[in-house]
Amino acid sequence: MAKEIVALAPTEIVGAGFSLESFERGLQANPDFIGCDAGSSDAGPFDLGSGETTSHDLRSIRRDLRVMLLAARARGIPLLIGSCGYAGGDPHIERYRRIVEEIAREENLHFRLAVIHAEQDKRFLLGKLREGRIKPLNPWGFTGESFGELSAATLERCERIVGCMGSEPYIEALDRGAEVILAGRSTDTSIFAALPLREGLSPGPVWHAAKILECAAAAVEKHGQPDCLMARIGEEHFVVEPPSPALRCTPLSVLSHMLYENPSPFHLYEPSGMLDTSAARYVAVGDRAVKVTGSRFVPAERYTVKLEGAEKVGYRAIFIGGIRDSLLLGQLEEWMEEALRTFRAKVRSAYGDAVSPEDYQVVLRTYGKDGVMGPLEPVTGLVPHEVGLIGEVVARDQELANSICYQLRYTFQHLHYGGFEGLVTNIAYPFAPLTIPVGPVYRFVLNHVVEPEDPLELFPMEIVEV
Amino acid sequence: MGGRTTLGRLAKIVRSKNAGPFLFCVDMFFPDAASYQRVRASGVLTKEVVSGLYGVSREEIYGVFWSDTAMGIKVTILRRYPNGDPDARDVLSAQQHVPFLELEIP
Repeated sequence: MAKEIVALAPTEIVGAGFSLESFERGLQANPDFIGCDAGSSDAGPFDLGSGETTSHDLRSIRRDLRVMLLAARARGIPLLIGSCGYAGGDPHIERYRRIVEEIAREENLHFRLAVIHAEQDKRFLLGKLREGRIKPLNPWGFTGESFGELSAATLERCERIVGCMGSEPYIEALDRGAEVILAGRSTDTSIFAALPLREGLSPGPVWHAAKILECAAAAVEKHGQPDCLMARIGEEHFVVEPPSPALRCTPLSVLSHMLYENPSPFHLYEPSGMLDTSAARYVAVGDRAVKVTGSRFVPAERYTVKLEGAEKVGYRAIFIGGIRDSLLLGQLEEWMEEALRTFRAKVRSAYGDAVSPEDYQVVLRTYGKDGVMGPLEPVTGLVPHEVGLIGEVVARDQELANSICYQLRYTFQHLHYGGFEGLVTNIAYPFAPLTIPVGPVYRFVLNHVVEPEDPLELFPMEIVEV
Repeated sequence: MGGRTTLGRLAKIVRSKNAGPFLFCVDMFFPDAASYQRVRASGVLTKEVVSGLYGVSREEIYGVFWSDTAMGIKVTILRRYPNGDPDARDVLSAQQHVPFLELEIP
């Protein structure tokens, strides 16, 4: 009988939750492994820069991990978690490790744990840069800082840098007998591709199945709550099916997922090559499963690892308020310009030479008017009946941001407008404190790949008995 | 199907989302081949038009892709600001598809 590997993806990201009933049905199909993605760059650079895990909730993460860990140990199948702690750096993976060790103690579980690090040492990368082994990831020919040659100064400015690992470190961990793998930043697909590749299945169907599995039930026809997805991967094909009888995959739903969060609808780049789905065929199997054939994987000439880096921009303070007065809303733009001029004069008078306009940045967002689209908003010329205003100041430290945000807020609060005499109060704050310190602000800066000596060089591994 | 209509009326789903920290993409799916082919055959959806809708240069558009099998269109564009920049407006690029909705299709 031809070889087949069954993969179970409980949910789209650890912490998002999933139905226990669906998971139990998935287990009844005797999966060879359980895999789950735990991170992304999607929610912005804060977690990467700060080392915190804010994009998903720790209590919810603990719940999901417990269910997965208990099932994997009860069946003696590997559990692979990638991009731990969202950003996949050292503090993030450490957070996951503590949770997993606590669950193991509470449930009296014993297993071999692999912890695979993805955080990169700046000095090491500076060496790679000098050797000409770091290159811009720019097949598009874009211009701008993030798309050009990397400078040592940009590397130095990063608060934290991670490399996106491929499937090789996972395979190495499995070779070394790991039963549970907690990995740092990974390509979403590597988590699911590792075990089937290790079993010798051909890379085309494996990487394509991995891409469909990485967001679990996101590939079903009517996506509701996060839930499980399973795939049977064979030599020349794979079949995907949601364990929940209430959900179904259709050829269109599976094909559509290939487009999700991917610049190209047919091609997906991995450290070791490119998945090409342009000739793939999607055929319904029964009512709820889809069989995919014709997926190809084109090996890369050079193995490359993508880097993600975040630099600190400053510290943010904001105020949030509503404006409802139609007289004011009718002249909102002029009034806001006037308020900004008044504010800048007040900052000059309050701080003198101690603060120059370059020391802070002001952003105003008017929700109900153009808060979402900004200058691209196609609807113009209407007077909204209500506007939500978020005033934002980013400055070099939190104290200065708070102080300047106070000046901004107080100016907007009382600046008079045409047609109204005397003291007015313009902003309906929903709550106090009126000035809200938000903390550090980070920005993604790296869009580069590094060429390692071998696929494991950037990803040191610890193997421990829990 | 006579007269002019809009892309928003023809499509089943028009959605936007990040494609990494520096790009976002707009995916459009259609309920039937006729609607999809009508948009495709109209020739309206070009890099030039996208450049006008989003105030970006032609070079800042990674691609306009047509998937006949998915009856879908993907347009991938450089973000105006990288994810997390103080001037950026949409962390997930969740609501950046709107300019397409009113695009007139003959």
